[in-house]
Amino acid sequence: MATYILKRFLQLIPVFLGATLLVYFLVFSLPGDPIVALFGDKPVNEAVAAQLRAQYHLDQPFWIQYLLYLKGIFTFDLGQDFSGRPIAAVLGEVFPVTARLAVMALIFEAVFGIIFGLIAGLRKGKFFDATVLIASLIVIGIPIFVLGFLLQFTIGVQLGWAKPTVSSAATVQDLILPAIVLGLGSFAYVLRLTRTSVIENMNADYVRTATAKGLSRFRVVRVHILRNSLIPVITFLGADLGALMGGAIVTEGIFNVPGVGNRLYRAVTQGEGPTVVSIVTVLVLIYVVSNLLVDLLYAWLDPRIRYDA
Amino acid sequence: MRFSRTSKALGMMAIAALALTGCGGGGSNSGSSNAAGNSSKVILADGSEPQRPLMPADTNEVGGGKVIDMMFAGLVSYDPSGKSVNELAESIEGKDAQHYTIKIKKDQKFTNGEVITAKTFVDSWNFGAAAKNAQLSGAFFESIKGYDEASAEGSKVDTMSGLKVVDDQTFTVELKQPESDWPLRLGYSAFVPVPSAALKDPKGYGEKPVGNGPYKMADGGWQHNVQIQLVPNPDYNGPRKAKNAGVTFKIFQNDDAAYQDLLSNNLDVLQTIPTSALKNFKSDLGERTIEKPYAGNQTIAIPEYLPEWSGEAGKLRRQAISMAMNRDEITKVIFNGARKPAMDFTAPVLDGYSDSIPGSENLKFDAAKAKDLWAKADAIQKWDANKTFTIAYNADKGGHKAWVEAVVNQLKNNLGIKVEGKPYATFKEARNDATAKTLTGSIRAGWQADYPSLYNFLGPIYKTGAGSNDAEYANPAFDKAVSDGLKASSVSEGNTAMNKAQEILLQDLPAIPLWYQVSQGGWSDQVTNVDYAWNGVPLYYNITGK
Repeated sequence: MATYILKRFLQLIPVFLGATLLVYFLVFSLPGDPIVALFGDKPVNEAVAAQLRAQYHLDQPFWIQYLLYLKGIFTFDLGQDFSGRPIAAVLGEVFPVTARLAVMALIFEAVFGIIFGLIAGLRKGKFFDATVLIASLIVIGIPIFVLGFLLQFTIGVQLGWAKPTVSSAATVQDLILPAIVLGLGSFAYVLRLTRTSVIENMNADYVRTATAKGLSRFRVVRVHILRNSLIPVITFLGADLGALMGGAIVTEGIFNVPGVGNRLYRAVTQGEGPTVVSIVTVLVLIYVVSNLLVDLLYAWLDPRIRYDA
Repeated sequence: MRFSRTSKALGMMAIAALALTGCGGGGSNSGSSNAAGNSSKVILADGSEPQRPLMPADTNEVGGGKVIDMMFAGLVSYDPSGKSVNELAESIEGKDAQHYTIKIKKDQKFTNGEVITAKTFVDSWNFGAAAKNAQLSGAFFESIKGYDEASAEGSKVDTMSGLKVVDDQTFTVELKQPESDWPLRLGYSAFVPVPSAALKDPKGYGEKPVGNGPYKMADGGWQHNVQIQLVPNPDYNGPRKAKNAGVTFKIFQNDDAAYQDLLSNNLDVLQTIPTSALKNFKSDLGERTIEKPYAGNQTIAIPEYLPEWSGEAGKLRRQAISMAMNRDEITKVIFNGARKPAMDFTAPVLDGYSDSIPGSENLKFDAAKAKDLWAKADAIQKWDANKTFTIAYNADKGGHKAWVEAVVNQLKNNLGIKVEGKPYATFKEARNDATAKTLTGSIRAGWQADYPSLYNFLGPIYKTGAGSNDAEYANPAFDKAVSDGLKASSVSEGNTAMNKAQEILLQDLPAIPLWYQVSQGGWSDQVTNVDYAWNGVPLYYNITGK
C-alpha cells in the first residue's frame, strides 16, 4: 500500500512539469504585449516599458522565462502579479474561497444526489422516480450560466432570500446559492448514477441472500445495496472535485465570488503568465490528488480491490 | 486618458441603448439643490481591482483612478462641470504661458501629519517623471523642462531642471514651450503630492496609500479583489468635503453581477449600467437613473501609412467614408437615440466647444456627395475593387460589434465597396497592432479626457509624432495652429485657436468622429444626491443616505 502511494506521488512530478510547461507556453503564445496594454491608449514610455518587461522577465525568450519561473518555485518564490503583489499571497487569498465553494457544492451534490438516487432506485418506475428523472434531465440540459442567472434573479433579487452576490468575507452562508448552482449539474449525474447502480444491485444474489437471511430492510439497503452502489459514484465525485474548482469560473463570475476563477480570468486577459501558471498548476495538483484519494477509497469500499506493490 | 478594459470603453460600452434625447443634462432627480440627506451612510459603489500599486503617478486606469482621486487633493480639482478650482493652490500665475509661479496654501497636511510644502510637490513630480521609477503616467510631466533627460532609458538624472523650490510655499515651473492650458492639467491625479514615505518605498506605500484628499483608506481597507474601503478625512477642508460616512468600492469582475446587486439594494451606486440591462434599467430603477454626457468621444482612426489612405486620394476617401455614414440613424437605432452625433473632434461638455466649426458639414450624411468624392479619389489613385476596407475593434468588452456592423453596412451600401468588421479578441491585441503601426485598415478609437480641455482631445492624438497618434497623421499647418493655441494668453483665446486647428482636421479627417459619449448609471433607493462629473465618474463625496 505504502509503495503504491509513493509511486502515485512520484507520478506527480512529470504531471507538474508537463502542466506548467504547457500552460506557460500557452500564455506565452497569447498575442499582444501585456506591458503595452498596461498603458492603454496612452503613449508607451519605452524606458518604463523596458523596466517592467525586465521585471517580469518578458524580455527573455520562452525557455529562459520558463526556467526562471521553475527556479522561482524551488526557492518558494512564485513571482509577482502586475500590481506588485507576491503570487503566493494571491493564491493564499483565492484558493480558500474557491475550496469552500467547491466543497460545499460537492457536499450538496453528494448528499442530495445519493439520497434522491437511492429513493428513485428503490422505487423504480414509481411517481417519485419519474419526476426526479425528468427534473434531472432538465438540469443537465440547461447550461450552468442560465441556471445561475435564473436563480440569482429569482432567489436573490425578486424573493430576496439570499444576496445576489457574495459579500466581502465570502462566508458559508453567502456561498450557499453559488454552491447549489455550481453543484447542480453534477447533482443530476450523481442522482442518475446512484439510481442505476442501486437498481442493478437490488437484483444481485447477495441482496437476495441478505433479505432471505431475515435482515432488516434498513440494513439490507444500507450495507448491501448502498455501499456497493457507491463505487462508481465515489469515482465520479472524486474527479468532480477538481472539475468544480477549475470550473467555478462561470459561477464565480455570476455571483462575484472573489475566488480562483475570477482571478484566473483577469490574469488571462492581462497576460500575467506566472499568475495563470501558478493557479492552473495548483488546480492540476488538486485534481491528481483527489483522484488518488478516490483510488484509495475503492479499497475501503470494496475489499476485493487491493493495491499491492 | 484613463482607461480600463471595462471603461476604456465606458462610453463605448454603454453602447447598446441609451435614451437621451438632446444632450444638455442628466435625467437626475437629485442634483445639489436637494435636501442634505443622511450623512451617516456608508456608500457602497462598484469598482474594479487596481492594476498597479496605488501610486498616483502609476495609476492610469479607472479602478485605481477613482480611489486616487478621492484620496488625494492636488493643486486644483475640477468642479462637476469641469471648471478647475483651487484646492492646495493659493495661486498659479504664468505671464507667458511658459513660466509659472505656484503658491500653495499654508498648513496643508497628509493624513499621517506630514506637512505639504513646495518641496513635496517638486519631489513628487520628479519621482513620477524619472525613468528609474517606472511610473505609467510619467508622460504627464512631459511639458516640463528637463523631462526628456529624466525620463530617458537608463537615465541617471532623476530631477527635472524646470522645477525650482523658492520657499516653503512657492515653487516655479518652466515648460519646454508655452502651453496656455497647462494649469488645467494640474487636477489630474498624476500631479498630486505624495508623502516622503511613498518615495522611499513606493510598493509598500501603494498597498496602504496615505493622501490628503476628502477620503483616506480605512485600516486594512484594500482587500484585494474584494473591496476598497474609504472613510472621510476629517482634516480635509477643500471643495470636495465628504457628505457621507465613507465610500466602499466593491470589486466586480462583471457588471451584470453589480446590476443585480443594485436591484436588490446590495449596492448603492453603479457607475455604468451593463449592456445587458440598458433596455430595462429605466423601468427597473425608475427615477434613480442618470444619463449625462461626459468628456469622451468615439472615432474611427484611419492610418495614413497605408498607401491607399495617404495623400490627396486618401483625404478624399476619408471624407467620403465620413459622409457615407448616417450617424443620426445609428445613434437612433443602435443606441436608442442616446448618443449624440459628433460635430467636431472634442466633446460638448468642454469649455470652448462649438458644433458649427467650418468643415463640420463633412460629418453630415450625404450619400451622393460621398460617392462623388470616392470617384474623385479613384481618378487620382484607383481603389482595387477586390480590396476590403476593415474596421478593427476589440471584442472582449465594450459592445462595439453592433455599431461597427451598422457602419459596415452603411459604407457597403453607400459606397459600393467591400467593408468588414475586424474583431480583435482582446483590447491588448488591438493596442499592440495600433502602437506597432501594423494595422491593415481602420481601427475604432475613443478618447476620454484626462483633464477638461479642448487641447487634450487634439494635441496628444493628432500632432505630428504625438504619443497617441496611432494614425501617423502629420500636417505642419495643424501643428502650427495647435501651438499657436497653446501660446494664447487666455483660455478663451486658446479655445478659439484650437477650433481653428479643428478646421484643418475636419478637412483631413485623420480619424472620423462618430459620436459623443454619455454615461448611464443608476442608484439604489438607499441613497440620494447622486450626480456625475464632467468625466463620467459619480461625485461620490456628494452622495448621502436617504
